[in-house]
Amino acid sequence: MVFNFPAFSYIIALIGDAFLIFFSLFHVIAFDELKTDYKNPIDQCNSLNPLVLPEYLLHLLFNVLFAAAGEWFSLLINMPLIAYHINRYRTRPVMSGPGLYDPTSIMNADTLTRCQREGWIKLAFYLLSFFYYLYGMIYSLIST
Amino acid sequence: MSTHGNMTEQSVPNGLPPQFGKSNIMTPLLPFNGVDSSHSSRTSSPANRIQQIPASQLPPSRTVIPATQLPPSGMKPGFSVNQVTQNYANLSISQTTPLSSPKIQPFGTSTPLLNISKNDLPAEGISPIHAQNVFKHSIQSHFMNVPGSANNTNGRHQHEPSIQEPSNNLNTQNLMQDKPTMRQSLSQPVMDKQMQKIVLPPNQNQIAKQPINFGSTPNISQNPSQKFNHNLFLNQNVPKTTSQSKIPATIPFTNTPPVMRTTPIPPQKVPYITPVQQIQQNSIPQPFLPPPLQSINQQPAAQSSNVPPSNIIQPPKTNLHANRYPVSPQIQNNLPLQSHYQNFAGSQVQQQQRQNVFPNQRTSNVVQAGFNKLWGQENLDLLQCPNILPPTKVEPPRISLGQEFLDAANCSTDIFRCTMTKIPESTSLLQKSRLPLGILIHPFKDLDHLHVIDCSTIVRCRACRTYINPFVFFVDMKRWKCNLCYRVNELPEEFQFDPETKTYGDPSRRPEIKSSTIEYIAPLEYTLRPPQPAVYVFLLDVSRAAVESGYIHTFCNVLTTTLGNLPGDARTQIGFIGYNSALHFYSLADGLNQPHEMTVLDIDDVFLPCPDNLVVNLQERKELILDLLTQLPTRFNNSYDTGSALGAALQAAYKMIASTGGRITVFQSTLPSVGPGALTVREDPNHRAGVEVQHLNPANDFYKRLALECSCQQIAVDLFIVNSQYVDLATISGISRFSSGCIYHFPLYKASRILQAENFERNLKRYLTRKIGFEAVMRIRCTRGLSIHTFHGNFFVKSTDLLSLPNVNPDAGFGMQVSIDESLSDLHTVCFQAALLYTSSRGERRIRVHTLCVPVASTLPDILASADQQCIVGLLAKMAVDRSMQSSLADAREAFINVAIDILSSYKLSLNLGTDGGGLQVSNCLKLLPLYISALLKHTAFRTGTSTRLDDRVKAMCDMKTLPLYSLIQQIYPDLYPVHNLLEQSIVLNVDGEEIPQPPHLQLTARCLDSKGAFLMDMGEQMIILIGPSVSEVFLNEALSVSSYNSITDQMYSLPILDTLLNQRLTNFINHLNDQKPFSATLHIIRENSPNRSIFIERLIEDRIETALSYHEFLQHLKTQVK
Repeated sequence: MVFNFPAFSYIIALIGDAFLIFFSLFHVIAFDELKTDYKNPIDQCNSLNPLVLPEYLLHLLFNVLFAAAGEWFSLLINMPLIAYHINRYRTRPVMSGPGLYDPTSIMNADTLTRCQREGWIKLAFYLLSFFYYLYGMIYSLIST
Repeated sequence: MSTHGNMTEQSVPNGLPPQFGKSNIMTPLLPFNGVDSSHSSRTSSPANRIQQIPASQLPPSRTVIPATQLPPSGMKPGFSVNQVTQNYANLSISQTTPLSSPKIQPFGTSTPLLNISKNDLPAEGISPIHAQNVFKHSIQSHFMNVPGSANNTNGRHQHEPSIQEPSNNLNTQNLMQDKPTMRQSLSQPVMDKQMQKIVLPPNQNQIAKQPINFGSTPNISQNPSQKFNHNLFLNQNVPKTTSQSKIPATIPFTNTPPVMRTTPIPPQKVPYITPVQQIQQNSIPQPFLPPPLQSINQQPAAQSSNVPPSNIIQPPKTNLHANRYPVSPQIQNNLPLQSHYQNFAGSQVQQQQRQNVFPNQRTSNVVQAGFNKLWGQENLDLLQCPNILPPTKVEPPRISLGQEFLDAANCSTDIFRCTMTKIPESTSLLQKSRLPLGILIHPFKDLDHLHVIDCSTIVRCRACRTYINPFVFFVDMKRWKCNLCYRVNELPEEFQFDPETKTYGDPSRRPEIKSSTIEYIAPLEYTLRPPQPAVYVFLLDVSRAAVESGYIHTFCNVLTTTLGNLPGDARTQIGFIGYNSALHFYSLADGLNQPHEMTVLDIDDVFLPCPDNLVVNLQERKELILDLLTQLPTRFNNSYDTGSALGAALQAAYKMIASTGGRITVFQSTLPSVGPGALTVREDPNHRAGVEVQHLNPANDFYKRLALECSCQQIAVDLFIVNSQYVDLATISGISRFSSGCIYHFPLYKASRILQAENFERNLKRYLTRKIGFEAVMRIRCTRGLSIHTFHGNFFVKSTDLLSLPNVNPDAGFGMQVSIDESLSDLHTVCFQAALLYTSSRGERRIRVHTLCVPVASTLPDILASADQQCIVGLLAKMAVDRSMQSSLADAREAFINVAIDILSSYKLSLNLGTDGGGLQVSNCLKLLPLYISALLKHTAFRTGTSTRLDDRVKAMCDMKTLPLYSLIQQIYPDLYPVHNLLEQSIVLNVDGEEIPQPPHLQLTARCLDSKGAFLMDMGEQMIILIGPSVSEVFLNEALSVSSYNSITDQMYSLPILDTLLNQRLTNFINHLNDQKPFSATLHIIRENSPNRSIFIERLIEDRIETALSYHEFLQHLKTQVK
């Protein structure tokens, strides 16, 4: 049982992933609140927008670690999400601050359902990958 | 007898049984408000439902319901009322018993004028009247246009004795025997169901009256005469009223022989009004005959004779009566008329066929059922009828709810319109029809008469907060069932008080139940803060470009004259800011001799130079304000500052009125170039004609964010763009779009251009003096199962069904796309309710409620036959604007074409013709759709290939989003009329007794023009009269007062007022057109060879231009695509 770099990257990924799970939970709840009229869209966007970039960066961070550790398979399963994130941010509406969500267009039923679906899918993905990282960490710890 | 009859009539329309012991007679009325509740989900326990209602539907200010609103505990109404109530309650709830013999009862109700005391009748609702007879009566009264003739009641009296006789069963059997034959004749299993639904055969009379009552046709008689004050041709010299009205009163009748007028455009079958119509109009003593009903026009005669307009109207059913009874003379009258309207060979043949077929109808029933089904939709081949436009105004289709009271109570089509007059019961059906589902609403429209209710408690559903409306169901006298969420609510005691007659009793006599457009004066719990005063801030661009355009002068003049007419009470406040590279504030402090100007050079961090006196009370400082308005036009004449700090000025104005809210009016003449929100030129003039249009989206979000801040503080920003160059309207329009403002655009504005200046002045005058509602919110509720998908218009969407409108103005329209979430198959009708809560300019909190009720249909042909083409086009235009912003203009254009193809394909599918249909088949109610879509593709907003300034395009797109439907349609497809032969046209009298000629609409194509003619094109804010080179001398002299064709100058902007009949007719006609608009249009008279003719010619959108297909080519293209 040796503590090596791949194991380190998995540990970071585990911690990061836990945060990501919380982010996507928050995301899902926030959009649910919007849908049920509990929150003003301006407030909701103001609370959601600052979290978008940290989430993306956190995800990117442990993927960089995977790349450095040579964990190609782990990197591969995360690549589609990274690509999606980049594309999503590239095509965001015109806005001065960071973030994705525009209070004037977010109440459109299409946008709302899309965002909500996105939240659920991400939550599922992060949850599954959490167990995969756990497995990967243990595997890399005991393999050598 | 007669009084009794009247009462019955009164109470029947209210959907409730009369009080005077007739509850038994009215038993068959039980299917309440057109809906048979035993079949609907409403009978299921409401308790389940309540929990399903999202808390979201509760209003924003969810205060505790005051004690007054709670139902009275110990109420003891009079005995009789109570008893009736009980009777009624029993009947309405226990649906099943009376309907056990539903085949008889529906027809029994057809004679509501019945003077039988309650005791005479058996308790059970089975009508002992000979079924055959009753049936006949209903038809008679229907056909003969007489609501319950004496004949009718006599008939009933004769049968009265038979009540006690045991012939009851026998008669029933009689009818039952009849029934199989009927069913056979139809070979339609639907029959049985329909028979049950037949509730109360409305009499034709009332149906015919409806357009008059409801005024969806802006007919003259309803327009207030005062509108004539600001018409275009104001001239006091000519006595308009009495002397002139006498002359034509005789002339048209004598001068126009009932001979076909020789039309100057013989080769085409221009759908002129034919003498048949003239005669009819002359012979009818009414002052104004409404334009021929579209429904009559479109639907076959058999359908117009459709006795019970039940929820599902199917052509075969209508023929039930056609089969069994001779067609009434009235209907036969319609036929020749109808064929005159439709000058297409195909349909004429069809109609003749139909006429011929009527006598033989008893024989081959099965075959006819099939044929009639075809006629029900009356399809026509687009490729074979180039003149598709009806000669009269395109009437919106009527919504038929099955009860005339409900039909009459339904919301006016001017205010509320649904893309379909029948809602498909499921999403799959909607998708099959390929029609967009949505509603267009013009909530704050200026109304001639509006019920205003001032009461302490507003009756609303406690679960979904729906306002009580004509389409609710009364369970009994003290309870009502919400028509949106189906919760049973208590009715407060006050609600049984009828304010008109000042009596207690029937709740259905309340104005809330009689009219679906109603205004409440809101009690205190609807106010979050004291109602705000009217606050107006004017931001004036005083840069060099603005000074050169000269708009300031016009603005100051107009404001000076309208200062007293600004809507508002004694608290009205007003303020001014001028801005170029700096901000110029004007302090109007008490005691000053003249306004003090304070210039703030620091525009990056805006501050107010003094805390108060920038926005001042209008009444108290009127002198100073007038002084300022006289000084302003010349104040910046010598300034050569070209900068424009719009962003900073907006921020300053925001700070000035953030505490109260109000309206900021911006006059912008140049691109904002300095300070916050500065923009750069994005448009490349070389790419104006390109296929790819870029920069439709804002360059930054400064204006949008500021607009949201404004919206939160109840401030709306309106834009007047008087630019000569690119101003990046795509970006700066954000300030209005999200703060519910409005945008006016005067491209290449120069005050020296008379027409433009006039247009600007009229717009501004209307803008300043029109009604305004402050701190408004609008909530759209719809029946469970439906939801609002997307909103279109200028506002900020606060939650899924709530729009925040800091200001609401009477010229703003909104659109909503609706999606069907759940199956509606157990419902018979769905409702939309728009409630607009606003503070009037007098500081009153008011709620304007509009309710629209639409039946549900389950078959594809029904849905396709119920399409409202104009409304569909209005909604499509809004959706296309979104599409072109989100993806690209090319996408939006493609989507338009695809919609046309899809709809035509699905229609073809529903016809089941297979592939043999050679032409482009389309139903009558969708026949104009391809025309409008081809017009939209050539509209400034969506055209490609033609050089279009980006600002113009963006403005046109904003208009698509915000204009109310009637003006939008006029923009998309302007009205063209021949005006050289007005003397030969049929006339109608308006409310002032003026004769309005009714020239036919012409297609917008050069083949409708004629060198001998003069043609008026009405584009909404602008009218153009094109004078052909060989127009008659008489016309030139008598109408235009010019000696010859060549002496028409290029600057002829008004019609002279002459004492000739021709001139009067033309003036009256133009005034008539103007009366339907918020303000009168400018007029430009141009010669056919003048350089200005292009503005006319480019609107002939059916013709081919170098870059776009003609209408016919467009149809050909569609035909190749329609599968």
